[in-house]
Parts: sequence; structure tokens; C-alpha cells
Amino acid sequence: MAVPALKLDAAGGLLAAWPEPAGEAQWARAARSQAERWLRERGAPARRDEYWRYTDPTSLTVEPAPEAALLATDEVPVFQTRETHRLVFVDGVFSPEASTPLEIAGVEIVPLREALAADIHWVRDIFGQIEAAGQVPVERPLAALNTARAVEGCAIRVTGVASRPIHFVYRRAAADADALIHHVIRLDAGADLTVLESAAGAARLNTVMEVEIADRAALHHVRTQGRDHQRRAVTGLFARLATESRLKSFTLTVNGRLTRNEAFVEMRGDNASAHVAGACVGDGDFHHDDTVFVTHAAVGCESRQVFKKVLRGSAVGVFQGKILVRPVAQQTDGYQISQALLLDEAAQFLAKPELEIYADDVKCSHGSTSGAVDETSLFYLTSRGIPKKTAEELLILAFLDEAIAEVEDEGLADELRDRLAAWLARRR
Amino acid sequence: MAALDDSTAREGVDQETVDTVRSVGERYKYGFSSDVETEYAPKGLNEDIVRLISEKNGEPEWLTEWRLKSYRRWLQMEEPSWAMLRYPEIDFQDQYYYARPKSMSVRPKSLDEVDPVLLATYEKLGIPLKEQMILAGVEGADGAPVEGRKVAVDAVFDSVSVGTTFKEELSKAGVIFCSMSEAVRDHPELVRKYLGTVVPYSDNFYATLNSAVFSDGSFVYVPPGVRCPMELSTYFRINAENTGQFERTLIIADKGSYVSYLEGCTAPQRDTNQLHAAVVEIVVLEDAEVKYSTVQNWYPGDENGVGGIYNFVTKRADCREARAKVMWTQVETGSAITWKYPSCILRGEASSGEFYSIAIANNRQQADTGTKMHHLGKNTRSRIVSKGISAGEAQNTYRGLVSVHPKASGSRNYTQCDSLLIGGNCGAHTVPYIECKNNSSRVEHEATTSKVDEDQLFYCRQRGMDEEEAVALVVNGFCREVLQALPMEFAIEAQKLVAISLEGSVG
Repeated sequence: MAVPALKLDAAGGLLAAWPEPAGEAQWARAARSQAERWLRERGAPARRDEYWRYTDPTSLTVEPAPEAALLATDEVPVFQTRETHRLVFVDGVFSPEASTPLEIAGVEIVPLREALAADIHWVRDIFGQIEAAGQVPVERPLAALNTARAVEGCAIRVTGVASRPIHFVYRRAAADADALIHHVIRLDAGADLTVLESAAGAARLNTVMEVEIADRAALHHVRTQGRDHQRRAVTGLFARLATESRLKSFTLTVNGRLTRNEAFVEMRGDNASAHVAGACVGDGDFHHDDTVFVTHAAVGCESRQVFKKVLRGSAVGVFQGKILVRPVAQQTDGYQISQALLLDEAAQFLAKPELEIYADDVKCSHGSTSGAVDETSLFYLTSRGIPKKTAEELLILAFLDEAIAEVEDEGLADELRDRLAAWLARRR
Repeated sequence: MAALDDSTAREGVDQETVDTVRSVGERYKYGFSSDVETEYAPKGLNEDIVRLISEKNGEPEWLTEWRLKSYRRWLQMEEPSWAMLRYPEIDFQDQYYYARPKSMSVRPKSLDEVDPVLLATYEKLGIPLKEQMILAGVEGADGAPVEGRKVAVDAVFDSVSVGTTFKEELSKAGVIFCSMSEAVRDHPELVRKYLGTVVPYSDNFYATLNSAVFSDGSFVYVPPGVRCPMELSTYFRINAENTGQFERTLIIADKGSYVSYLEGCTAPQRDTNQLHAAVVEIVVLEDAEVKYSTVQNWYPGDENGVGGIYNFVTKRADCREARAKVMWTQVETGSAITWKYPSCILRGEASSGEFYSIAIANNRQQADTGTKMHHLGKNTRSRIVSKGISAGEAQNTYRGLVSVHPKASGSRNYTQCDSLLIGGNCGAHTVPYIECKNNSSRVEHEATTSKVDEDQLFYCRQRGMDEEEAVALVVNGFCREVLQALPMEFAIEAQKLVAISLEGSVG
């Protein structure tokens, strides 16, 4: 079928809004033009696309980006108290002054701009490649835009066990900033790294993180997206896992007008394990979308998708998840759960949890539920003398905990729990 | 299997052994065709054909116009491509849209006048059309039929209804059960009032095609407060070659009534694909209940995917008033391609819809089937239990929608869809859409995919069953919840069918 002109025009508009990167190596230019061609052929996302039926992409594709007011706060930024290697971006632009110097044992960090001008083989093998592989079977035009145009971001290679987490801090300065950030992360065999991401980043933020995890390596990814009510974000996590490697990704989303978190995880080596989880709380205009594809392409892999949404007012939660098991992927263990707690009459939960299975020795299941706070549990707690509001908050926190439990570092998990409790307390 | 058919017992080989081997080879036992002189409308589709079909059925002008309106709409529509089905493009001009046994050109007044070849066909299929045969061997002392065993049958052969049994007894209760063409003639006001109100003529590609060219189907009207005294059943048979079947069924359950309706289908074994695009509309009024059971056993094609029926069906029930209830039960074992989503529109307050399904795909079969539950009224309930089984190189997809509208407060849905994989070359897929738009409703969905449990198989084998029997037993256990929802006679039939459909899938 012919791609509607509207989609093609919007794609042209998006590409034209960003300057074409200059002074890059031949291979980087090739990766960029491949992404650009893809976007020009397939067009920008539109509401009629199968995977955009529950989320209106208009505000992500219009130019210029809609403004988002900056929110003054005296709250201590998240993960601030921990010892991390901080890489700060202001409105999507890397700020070396605000960041920790780029030296850390066992870790190589190169700003993307520099990495794409040089000839670094591990960047070359990843940049634009894992993202392109993730375009099938479902198109991710905004990730293609990111690959075609983003100049900000970091290329990171870990050869051993990183001594400290790497922390991407996305600060905001202007109310109308539109940002593209692209990270490339390579974990060598046996390496171990924790990556933290926090804050709102820009009025409209588009991030792509391409991750290659070699044999027995492990990546822990913990992200918070928060604070500003009117911000918009679309993120893409593209990961490729080798034998016995592990990926654990968790995202906490608080507020924001529109958040679309996409993940494309492919397990190519035997006995790999991938956990992708998310918890979100929001109210009013809040629209939150998790679109997660996990592909089992090797024997004996395990995957978990755990997504929990607490929706107030007229908030909308979307979950589109898929477990794809290829014919070779025998002894697969796949699990997926998506649940929503609808706190007010107008809240909505829209889900499409899919299984696509081509191997027979598998164990795959998914569950999806939505409804209000359980009356019986509430009654139980109030009958024990707990005030109704507190009881409700306790139940909400308990509901979200299955997702937070996916964060292995207890200290990080507790900090996230505190943030959630504070969010609920502010809304009493 | 042709070689086997000619084989006779050689020396030292028991005739019984030869027969047994032959019967195992004959997996699709309804694959015979009857030698019936058939009258066709010219091949292809155009306005003249639509008019011709209408004329053959002796339809009033409003219906002819409705058909033409549908046909014109259909010309502008595109064939849907979203289902997980792969098949060569269908040439809609290379089909006959109307076929009727010559002997039916003058409609027989009673079953006694029906061509014996037709009756023999149904007899061979195990469908008793002679009313006395329904007694199933258990006859009362004075020859009166035993209560509860009676099933009224409407038999549809290609494009026409051959006959309907127990009409008189049903009419005593006020129940109208006849073919669609008779209903158009005898009860035009009812047909006109309800036809196309559940599945509008412009609904989807196949339903619109059906609206233009539909042939016979069944018509049921159950008056207020009447509990239909027996099960109603329609048996669809495709016989003629290159002929599409486009039956249309309309069931109306008036206030406080109850009816249980069964539907069975078979077709001869041919190596060309045949098209079947039916529409079923059910209207359920206040406090009424309709139970609709299907055992779909169209010819599935051979092991290499040659031949078989393309089954594109639109079935929908409209629970129009308070506390209306509808229950879909389907056992889908046949067809090369199945595209079918029996749906419920739960409009009336506290109305409820249930969907129980077993879909078996073996060899090269492809099934994309499921249901839609539209919760529009307050306190509506729905329940979905779907069991998909894939074997051989088949692909089996559950595709479903549960939609709870903002105004449908206090509603409840529970969905369970389980898939079973037998062998490493098949696929099982689940594509549910879940939309909950208020917070007082509860929606729950769970799905699992696994293979036949090794421990269970081992247990059965240990007790002397061969592998195929063991698999059939385990699969029947897997399907139990759905089989239990079927009327008894059907349940037994379906259980056997499950085993037959999986023959050859093990080892």
C-alpha cells in the first residue's frame, strides 16, 4: 500500500528541522543516510498506524516542538546522593563543565560527536545498526529520525566491572527546547555496568540508546522521567544480547504530557536473560505508552516484561508488548504482565499484549488487568484503623512494587519507592 | 491415499487390517461429493448476477435493492490484510455465486418430495432429516419421541435449503424456523425489520459481499416468553465445485425467550480452494438468551495445503435490551483459512456475552479467530475462553477485542486464551486488544502457550495408550472447559473431531 502523503510530508518536515550533521566519517554518514532513507520512505508515525492507534503522535511530529513550562522545585534531584559518574546534558546538549571528567577505570567514554568523526570499530558496529534491525517488523520512525540527525550523546565501552554507575542527567533550561540524544553502549564479555538516566531533558526529548551486550556481560538500566507536567518524550532502547548476558531495564515515569517508551530487545545468544519493567504514575493530561518487543532468537533464554500504571483523573495508560519466539528458540521462558490501577472514573487503560510463537518447547504467558483499588483490601486496612487515604496509598505502592522489584540494587529501588510515596503524598 | 483405496487383501493379510489402514488414511471422512445435477448462475459477479440470485429466490424489490446497494459498496472496498493469514489472491470473478440442485427448481412441499440423492447425502453425513430417525434408537412405548432428544434441522445444500424438519411442532410453540428465502416470502416484516441491523451491509469486505449475494441460510424467530422446545440446527454442505457459499442466518430472540442453535458444516475434498463467506446476525431482546454452537469442519485441504475452504465469516450478536444473554461456542477444526470473530454488542444493561472456542489447525491450515466484546451498557459481563491448538505446519492466531466504554460502568470481563503447540514447525499467536475506559469496570486477561506436557503423555503411554491416543486425551483435557459448554450431542461429536483433526501430527 502506498504511504499516505501526510506521513511523508511530516517525515520531510522532521528531517528539515534538524541540520544535516557534517564532518563525520564515511561509515557514520552511511548509517545516517540509511536511517534517513528509511524515514523518507516509510514516513512519520500517524494515528492510523497499528502501533500508534492508542497514542496520538501529532505532538511528537509537529514543528516546532510544543512548549513545556519549566517547573521550579526545591526537590533534590534523583540519584543525587549516590556516587555516580555524572554526564550532564542541558536541553539535550552535552555540558562537559557540569559533568564528571571522562575518566573512569574499565570504561571508555567518547562524546558521540567525536566518536562519529573518528574510526572506532565498536561504535561503527553499533551506531544505527541495532536501531535499524529493530525497525522490523514494527517501524520506529522517530528512532530513525534520531539516528539520522542526533549529534549529542555518548559512546561508552565497558571492558570490566565499572566501579560506579554512569548517570545521564538531562537538565532543562528553555521552555521550547527540542532535543535528540543518541547513546551507543558496548559491554565486552563479562563486563558489568549500571546506567542511570534522570530528569525531563527538554520540552520534547527523543532519545535512542543502542546497546550491545557480549557474552556473560550485564547491563542494569534504571531511568526516571519526571517532574515537568507538559514535557513530551519518546525513547527507544535497542538491545542485542549474546550468550548468558543479562539486561535489566526499569523506568519510573512521573507526570509529563506524553511519554512513549519503546524497547526492542533481541536475545541472540543462548541462555540470555532480559527484563524490561516500568512503573508510572500520572494524572490529568498524562498519557503514558510502553511499547515493548522482546525477541527470543536463541535457546534457553528468559524474558520478563512487568509494567504497572497508576492513573488519576483522565490519565491514559497504554501498553503494547510482544514476545516473539523464533523457531530456533526452544526452552524459552517468556513472561509479560501489564496492569493498571484506575483511580478515577475517566482514567483509561489500553493494552495489546501479544505473543507470537514459532517454537514448541516453550513456556510463555501474559496477563493484563485493569480496575480500581480493590475494595476488600481497602476495607481490611481501614478496619485495622488505617485512615482511608493512607490505606489507598499503601495499596498503590504495593501494586507498583512488582515492577520496582526488578531493580536489583536495593538502594536505588528504595530511592524510587520514596519518590513515589512523595508523589502520592503531594496529591493527598 | 489413492493407492490404498484400490488395495484388496493380499494373501496372509487380514481384510480387517486393510480396512483399518484405509480408515486411518481417510482423515477427512466428509470428503465425498454427491452426484447431483446442479443448476448454476453464470460464473463471476456483476449486477446481473446479483439480480438473478434475488430473482431465483423470488425476493421483493426492497431486498433486491439492498443487495445491489451492497454490491456497489463492495466494489469500493479493499480486502482486509491485517490477519496473520497467507493465501494467494482470490479471484472473485472465477467463482459461481449460485448453485442449486436441479431437483430443487420447484420447491418440494415436504421432505417426502425431496430428491433421494440429497437425502442420502445428509444421511451419509449423519444428519437425520426424516423426523422419525431422530429418536436415536430410544423409542417410547407408543412410538412417541423421547423428550429432550429432538433436534430440528434445516439442511442447506450449496445455495438452497433442502428442507426443515419439525416445522409443525415448532410452529405450535410459535417458533419460526425456516430457510431465509422462505422467511423473506412468509415473514417479510420480520426480515425487513432486523436484516442488516446487527451486521450492516457496509460492515466489512466479506460481509458486504455476502449482503450482495447471500443465498439460503436459516431464519429463527422465538416469540416473547417462549422457551424453544427443541434444539435448532442447520447443516451446511458445499457440494458443487468452484462455488462459493454465502449463507445468511438471522436469529431473533424476543423478550424472555430462549433458543439453542447448532450449526455444522462440511464440504467435499477437492484440490481447488472454495470460498465461504457467511454472515450470522443475532438479535437478543430483554431477558432472552441465545446459545449458538458451531462445529466447523469444512474440508481443510490435504497435508500439502492443496485445496480446502477459505472461511471468512462475520458473526455478531446484539444484546439490545436489559439482561439479554448470548453464548457463542465454536469448534473450528476445518477450513484451509479461517477468518472468524463472533462478537457481542452488550448494549442492554446487565447483558452478558460468552465466547468459548477451540481452534485446531493441523498440516498447512491457518486460523485467525477470536471474538469482540463491546461493553456499552452498565454492569455488562463477558467471558472469553479460547483454546488454540497448532500442529504440523499450521499457524493459529487468537485475535480479540474487549472494549469497555466510558459509560459501561460496573462491567466485568475475564479472558483466558491458551495455546498448545504440537511439533516444532507450527506457530501459535495471541493478539488481544484490551480497552478499558472507566474505573469501576474490571478487565482481566491471561494467556499461556506451551507444548503438550511430557509427564501427562508419559503417564498415558505407561497405561498402554499409543502416542496419538495419549495426545488426543491430553488435548481433550486441555479443551475441556469449551467442550463442556457445548450441547451434549455436539460435545461427543466435537471430542471425536478433536482426535481426528490431530491424526498424523505426532511422531
